[in-house]
Amino acid sequence: MSEVEERVALTPERLAKVQEIIKRYPAGQQKSALLPILHLVQEQFGWVSAASMDMVAELLDIQPVEVYEVTTFYTMFHLEPVGKHVIEYCRTGPCCNMGGEGVYDHLKNRLGIKEKETTADGVFTLKEVECLAACGWGPCFQIREKFYLHLTNDKVDEIIDELRN
Amino acid sequence: MAEITKILTEHIDKPGIETFKVYRENGGYNAVEKALKEMTSDAIVEEVKKAGVRGRGGAGFPMGMKWSFLAKPEGVPRYLVCNADESEPGTFKDHYLMKSIPHLLIEGMIVSSFALGANKGFIYVRGELMYVIRILENAIEEAKAAGFLGKNILGTGYDLELVVQPGGGAYICGEETALLESLEGKRGNPRNKPPFPAVKGLYQCPTVVNNVESIANTPWIVMNGGDKYASFGVGRSTGTKLISASGHINKPGVYEIPLGISVREFMESDEYCGGIRHGHQLKALVAGGSSVPILPAHLVYETAEGNERLMTYESLSDGGFASGTMLGSGGFIVMDETTCIVRNTWNFSRFYAHESCGQCSPCREGTGWMTKVLERIENGKGSMSDIDLLVDVAKKIEGNTICPLGDAAAWPVASAIRHFRDEFEWHITNPTEATKPGAIYRGEPILA
Repeated sequence: MSEVEERVALTPERLAKVQEIIKRYPAGQQKSALLPILHLVQEQFGWVSAASMDMVAELLDIQPVEVYEVTTFYTMFHLEPVGKHVIEYCRTGPCCNMGGEGVYDHLKNRLGIKEKETTADGVFTLKEVECLAACGWGPCFQIREKFYLHLTNDKVDEIIDELRN
Repeated sequence: MAEITKILTEHIDKPGIETFKVYRENGGYNAVEKALKEMTSDAIVEEVKKAGVRGRGGAGFPMGMKWSFLAKPEGVPRYLVCNADESEPGTFKDHYLMKSIPHLLIEGMIVSSFALGANKGFIYVRGELMYVIRILENAIEEAKAAGFLGKNILGTGYDLELVVQPGGGAYICGEETALLESLEGKRGNPRNKPPFPAVKGLYQCPTVVNNVESIANTPWIVMNGGDKYASFGVGRSTGTKLISASGHINKPGVYEIPLGISVREFMESDEYCGGIRHGHQLKALVAGGSSVPILPAHLVYETAEGNERLMTYESLSDGGFASGTMLGSGGFIVMDETTCIVRNTWNFSRFYAHESCGQCSPCREGTGWMTKVLERIENGKGSMSDIDLLVDVAKKIEGNTICPLGDAAAWPVASAIRHFRDEFEWHITNPTEATKPGAIYRGEPILA
């Protein structure tokens, strides 16, 4: 339990950011800050734990369930611990048209894992996502904020090698 | 002098255009000066009405009319919310516009907010585009430092604050009432209408929700007038449109076209798609994002009646759903003969099942069932009755849900079966052959 409690304090910089975000909305509408704050939580911890959801509820003076129902609705929030890099691979039609399925098979083979799994060294987690609005530049995946476009098997190998080192 | 046909992208390739300085040097923010100093709010609304610009997110509803519905009760704040949740498969134009020329959207937000009497505006950007959010936030800071945002803009007494809000990964938040729910920090469940957002929107206050591209048109309209804007295009399809072109073409990318050029010109000319990739033939086109009906090759360049098909709202929907489609969001997905229509339909269906908010049972259950049935056909385990079952389920979803996601899920399935029924049948009658890696049906599509 103490370990969990230790994990859930946001850094002072992020706490200041939280206060700044809340001020963006009219008085009494602080719940609007929920998604931006959940992104800050994930940025710091890599995922969104139950304990951190409770912390967010407290920061916004709302019920914990109001946070739970939101984090479970939106697909960007990882509700379990993840590897250092989460590869979010686009599986939607337009990317498949651009050869996305073949490249995805190669990626899975290269990492030796299936979707939702993490490599044994804890470096990569693989997650399938729907359309990332990059259809003409596909196949594509995203790691945190960065888009990797026009993927080929060779390019995937390069990216994996680079991120592993 | 060549006629100006680039309303949004004329300066998009100029080095440094993402900065305030270069944007301003290229005439940026002149529309804010003109709007705030020389025009009334009503006059701007009038110009946007005259322009006839239609909602560029996909619905195509006239923007000026939407603006004129905005309720204006005394003492109640009004909001402008920009829908930058671009998630419709095949569509990446807003992504391109915002990352390349962010100040165009900011300038559009300022003149539009002024026209609507809003002192606060939100830009709701899908959370995956966090890097674009940072670009927009930076642009807002630059505009504020130059006196174009904040209190007493350019000394005119008009105040405006803009907030960029990240989403959390949910296609449904592109539906305007789901977007408002999300902006209020809730699950993105669409609201029942009425009341419409124009009366009760964000925080139950009157709100206009407009797409990125729609708003980005407004600075040009302010500078050049609605009549000039309406002089581009054909009939009720005025102005230009950003088309996101992807798939089996030589030059995928985002293109700004004057509405009214032919589909053939868009597909084949070097200025745009550059033709189907070498050595291949067109099989099908999804012209307006994944939710619009798919068209077989023989209905792409010509309507069923033999008229040339144009890139307009009207021409693309010529023939209704029997032989037409929709311009939608302009997500132009080209498929050549190497595409398996069954697999593509299953893929799209899975998308909608994944993205259904779950509120309405026809959509929540129907999208899941369609996906399962399509998956078994794709895997060689379907039966002939499955085809009619899919048609039946699609029919039962369509029109029976709070928001259009249900329709969006039903149309691709219904249209794929309408135009490519023989390909579905082939999967069912030849399961061994159909499930071989890379196996594609090469028969002739049946006529509509």
